[in-house]
Amino acid sequence: MRNAAQCLCGLLALLVVSQAGFTQDALRWPKSVEAGSSFSVPTSGSGPAALYIVGPGDAIRRKVQLGNTIFFQPSDLHNAGHYLALLVAGGVVQSAQFDVAPSQPASLSFIAKPSRLPVARADAISGVAYVFDVFHNLVLRPQRISFALSDAAGSAQSRSASTNNGVAWVQMNSAAKAGAAQFEASVDDAVHERRVVQQVPGDPCRVRINARASGSRILLETEPVRDCSGNAVPDGTVVTFTETSPGGQTTVDVPLKRGVARTELPAQRGAVISAAIGVVLGNEIRWNGGGQ
Amino acid sequence: MIRWLFRISLLIAAVLFAASARPEVGPRTLEAQTRASVERDYRLAWQSLQRALADNRPELLNEYFVGVAKDKFTNTIREQRKAGIQTLYSEPAHDFSVVFYSPEGLSIQLLDNVQYREEIRDHGRSVGSAEVRARYVAVMTPTETKWKVRLLQAEP
Repeated sequence: MRNAAQCLCGLLALLVVSQAGFTQDALRWPKSVEAGSSFSVPTSGSGPAALYIVGPGDAIRRKVQLGNTIFFQPSDLHNAGHYLALLVAGGVVQSAQFDVAPSQPASLSFIAKPSRLPVARADAISGVAYVFDVFHNLVLRPQRISFALSDAAGSAQSRSASTNNGVAWVQMNSAAKAGAAQFEASVDDAVHERRVVQQVPGDPCRVRINARASGSRILLETEPVRDCSGNAVPDGTVVTFTETSPGGQTTVDVPLKRGVARTELPAQRGAVISAAIGVVLGNEIRWNGGGQ
Repeated sequence: MIRWLFRISLLIAAVLFAASARPEVGPRTLEAQTRASVERDYRLAWQSLQRALADNRPELLNEYFVGVAKDKFTNTIREQRKAGIQTLYSEPAHDFSVVFYSPEGLSIQLLDNVQYREEIRDHGRSVGSAEVRARYVAVMTPTETKWKVRLLQAEP
């Protein structure tokens, strides 16, 4: 008896629903919409219903009137991703899944590394660019990214790369000339992002010292110290002078000042004097009491 | 002799095919330990996202999300709270691979074919659910102790 009553209630409910014209069909929803665009969805039937939309950055609950078209403003859905929509009326649910696709490129997340490096290094600077639209969605459609590295002397290297899943990367050589270089990534000639890469002189190429007598002392001085590209090695770089004589060894560390290092050592006949910066050894001077 | 050469060339072809079928990771070399950490943290990030969206607790995102991803999901939770709804993602099945590891080691990208049941609840009452299959792009960045999700977005 109870089962018969339940069946009757179910049939009545179904009758009411079908009279309203709202059945458990799929919603006629667009498969994909662009982020921040307006669109509309038609509904069937009559009477009030609740619309639920949940996605990566948006959750919407809206009362709608069946039979009317549901309108979405550009501000309603702007986070790219996969969305689930449910339209619920009288216990009947219509569902749809759709995608919100990223819009046009509007910004770049550009990482240039390192921010400081020696000159004349091959493939030592890397640039990675992620492409985003105005709503911070990753633009997954392939985009051509132009990378340009221009150094202090005005010369430039340029490369381009296509994005794969929203990201493109390149490697560049550091310039021969020390100084600040501008590293720029751009897409569509409209969106630019710039980073500064400091290119500093490399290791000294060679060290050459000169000596002259000054009473009981020897005055020692390096020639201007440069890297192999001709850039002056920074002041403060330490030059180690060593004097080896039958009486023992004397060592003095002197920082470069205006590109040269100067010091005095005791004048000892037969002494051998040399200089070094890091692993770079300079010339040797044999002291013979005034001559070299 | 010819038979042996034929067999060896078949073996080489099979190895080359297997290598080409494997997703390319680079340009930075991805060490096994890094890969394991990324995979572990990515799964944990999904778990924290599930809990955060089910309980409407944005603070649960802090541990595994950062940047745009955290902002967007926090906004979803705020809107869910306002509307009185919750979203339940049941037992996501992941099939993901690392596809990009940036040269400076600051970002890593994964592609994930994920399948789950998504249920929407209105004031605690289920209003409907659907089976979802989607391909997600995730970008993760290293922090002091773990990899965090900076971007999680389904492909259209």
